[in-house]
Amino acid sequence: MTLTANEPSTSGTAGDTAGDTAGDTSQPLTAQEQQWVDQFMDETTLFLGPDPAIMRSHQITSRSAYEDECISKGVDPIKVDRIRKRLAGALDEGYEMCEAMGAAPGAKWGDLTTAIYTAEGDVTYLSCHGVIAFSAILHHPIRYIMKYWKDEPTVGINPGDGFIHNDARYGNVHNTDQSMIMPIFREGKIIAWVAATIHEGENGACEPGGMPSGSETPFDDGLRMSPFKIVEKGELRRDLLTFLQHSVRDPKLQLADLKVKIGAVQRIQERVDSIIDEVGVETFVAALRVTVEDVEQEVKRRISELPDGTVSFNQFMDSTLKENILIKFACKVTVKGDKMTVDLRGTGPEILNRAINSPLCSVKSMMMQAILAFWWPDLPRCTSAMSPIDIISDEHTWADAGYDAPMGQSLQASFRGFSALQTAFAKMQFSNPEKFSNVLAPWFNQINTFLWGGLTQHGDQVGNLCADLNGMGGGAKAFRDGEDAVSPLFCAMADTAEQEVMEEEVPFMQLVSKRIVRDNQGFGKNSGGMGYEMIVAAEGTPMWGFMTVTSGSKFSSVTGMFGGYGCSTTPLAMVKGINIYDIIRKDSSKFDLSMERIMNEQPYEGGKYTTAHMGLQFDVAKDGEMYMIAQGSGGGYGDVLERDPEAVAKDLELGRISPKVATSIYGVVWDPETFVVDQEATTQLRHDSRQARIARGKPYKEFLEGYVKTEPPKDLLYYGSWGDDTEELTATHFTNNGPERVKATIDKLPLIMLPDRREVKISALEDRIRELELKHGEVVHRKS
Amino acid sequence: MRIPMTEYLIIDLDTERWNCRVCNQDLGEARGNYKEGTLVYDRDPTEIHQSILDPEKYEFTFAPDPTFCRILEFYCPGCGTQLETEYVPPGHPPTVDMLWDIDSLRETWTKRGTKPEVVINYGPGEEAVADFAPALGSHNTHNHSPHSFS
Repeated sequence: MTLTANEPSTSGTAGDTAGDTAGDTSQPLTAQEQQWVDQFMDETTLFLGPDPAIMRSHQITSRSAYEDECISKGVDPIKVDRIRKRLAGALDEGYEMCEAMGAAPGAKWGDLTTAIYTAEGDVTYLSCHGVIAFSAILHHPIRYIMKYWKDEPTVGINPGDGFIHNDARYGNVHNTDQSMIMPIFREGKIIAWVAATIHEGENGACEPGGMPSGSETPFDDGLRMSPFKIVEKGELRRDLLTFLQHSVRDPKLQLADLKVKIGAVQRIQERVDSIIDEVGVETFVAALRVTVEDVEQEVKRRISELPDGTVSFNQFMDSTLKENILIKFACKVTVKGDKMTVDLRGTGPEILNRAINSPLCSVKSMMMQAILAFWWPDLPRCTSAMSPIDIISDEHTWADAGYDAPMGQSLQASFRGFSALQTAFAKMQFSNPEKFSNVLAPWFNQINTFLWGGLTQHGDQVGNLCADLNGMGGGAKAFRDGEDAVSPLFCAMADTAEQEVMEEEVPFMQLVSKRIVRDNQGFGKNSGGMGYEMIVAAEGTPMWGFMTVTSGSKFSSVTGMFGGYGCSTTPLAMVKGINIYDIIRKDSSKFDLSMERIMNEQPYEGGKYTTAHMGLQFDVAKDGEMYMIAQGSGGGYGDVLERDPEAVAKDLELGRISPKVATSIYGVVWDPETFVVDQEATTQLRHDSRQARIARGKPYKEFLEGYVKTEPPKDLLYYGSWGDDTEELTATHFTNNGPERVKATIDKLPLIMLPDRREVKISALEDRIRELELKHGEVVHRKS
Repeated sequence: MRIPMTEYLIIDLDTERWNCRVCNQDLGEARGNYKEGTLVYDRDPTEIHQSILDPEKYEFTFAPDPTFCRILEFYCPGCGTQLETEYVPPGHPPTVDMLWDIDSLRETWTKRGTKPEVVINYGPGEEAVADFAPALGSHNTHNHSPHSFS
């Protein structure tokens, strides 16, 4: 329940007003009486939760009187450009300070941003490196601070103050990111804000690393920092710092990175001071505002250049990270003139005891990531880049989750927001002669990596993750293959870091790192960038564990483009009950490891070999037990039968694809000794393959008659609209009598919660025992 | 005027029809869903994304689960080119993925006054230059097109 002074509540607390009773016969309040009521409500607000008026808006504010005054004195575009470039330099300097000095693994690989804002909190410019998504999100906490803390006598905003926050309900990409937001004053007036935000990882959640796949309530998600003042007049408050350190697994990290962020922001402020000294306050303020407004105008112009029409793209996610389900992320993008509308209706409901839900603001931030990194990467990273785009979404869907939904692994929903816009844009921009980015197949969209935690070899308690989430395969381009393991969708310059450096600090090794998995490719005329595998095992620690937090083990998480195929699915594989270090110490020849070989040959006697989906809750790793995963591939582009046969032969020779794929998918014939393509036989095979398609394909309408069903398969736990009609959602909810499928509009759906998977498993096993007892005539008397 | 709308689809504004870029096969009304003019096949995804781990031993093998995921393949009835794929749950209706405002498209291109097959490209960068002219100008003799095959 969100209770603010401005939002009527139904729980009899802060927002109740005298006129809510049914059959009310009371007189309307006079203006004076209403003023008293408002004053009373202001003074007795129980809890200042996230403010819907702030949180639902991604538009920039209107120009303030002061900004108008500054702009009216004349704007020299050359000077504005010069200010912008100096700001970019200052922000990059701050960024590099965070990257070089940050303690969090995320800081080391560049998962952070620095930014400057207008006084009202619109992002004007972001560091050139880092996570662009923040340009759509960090106006929320500033607006909250301005609305609730600026005139609050117990808080206030003064020069040298700094505010921290992490909770995405108040505006963030996700709860692992912690910000330091500081105002810039001139003559007693706030004229701008500067902030640094770092993916800190550990945040005291129910599992280490800050992104728990196992959270079942919002209170499992870790720190719930609404924006509050932690730096007063330049001094870090030790009492609040201690509280934060006490709330997380890694108190050293909490302190270190707070200091890093404060230092970086102060350095940026120094640079801003020198710019203002040179150009004057009014020119500086005008430059910030003009940049925001210019970007909005340019975005409108770019939208108007796109063809009018609607592009739809549906995604299906196969996991709650505890069990396999299918939940839909629906998206229709409509362009009409200079207006764009993104309609997410039809998306599945929030699941109130699973971690996959995301607040809408986080989904929007990843849409911004698509817009500013994959549509129009040349634009300044401003809040206004999304201002002209309307977003329609139903609250209480998993991509627009309510206050009470857990969102520990909200990236599952928000990254779908990225993919929706990134994928749709290939169709939207294809016929547009004016392009600012290449036509591209879908980027891989899962953070396939290991999160870890426990006690290190140095006795420190830690929790964080491997940088390999940054090894996402790039989508194929229209004119060349996608790049292997190139970068995460959210941060083009993030790298996979120096694992050997990490191993100095944590008690596990990547026994296999960055080995391409054969056939793990988005096939197409141009293939998607491939993913690699990694095998980890811990040793020499009293307590250690791993977890994984992604989906896509049963349903491919990205599709192809224009006839290309999507990515494979990716499993988690484990070998327990052995110590690989002991084995390879005795016989180093056993070190020739790959997931395929280990799992298929099962070479280690006594090992327990298992696979699972990629939602592994924190799992205690005994010495030498192996955990194996692989990155996924970007989507393929174009018809596989158009792929250059020589490129297929090269992939074969390098072991990137198997002979079976080369023949059955790509239709290539070659000499197995020399890898020389038999052009004639290939032409014939491809001709035959096309003829086979024509023979087996059914005319569309006839196909629909045989294929389309009125509802999802009976045993599939399916959530979301079925087909293009997005009015009603299908869902399975669990009643006293077991699972029951319902179909209703979002406001009429029951609350969706899933049963404990262990109970489900035990129940099935008990049923099986009773079945066997009956079969064999064994009578067992049990007490309940 | 013929506008390339995807790698394999054009809209002919004179006839207001969708056509295959490779063989010029008619695929239906440009104001409607091009998929209605295609041949469709319900592909078992394990035939494309084949198991890497032994499916006899393991549930999760790198291959999608066909009870969760199907791949709809949309073919041109004229030349058999795979125009599009779509990943859906079994029985889920295919998505109408593109609907264009043809009047607006015509107005835009008339105003531009340029030839679509000359000015449309794959984006910034030398490599991304796309020459659509051969396919568009020679749809009856498509052997010269970049997509030509026998």
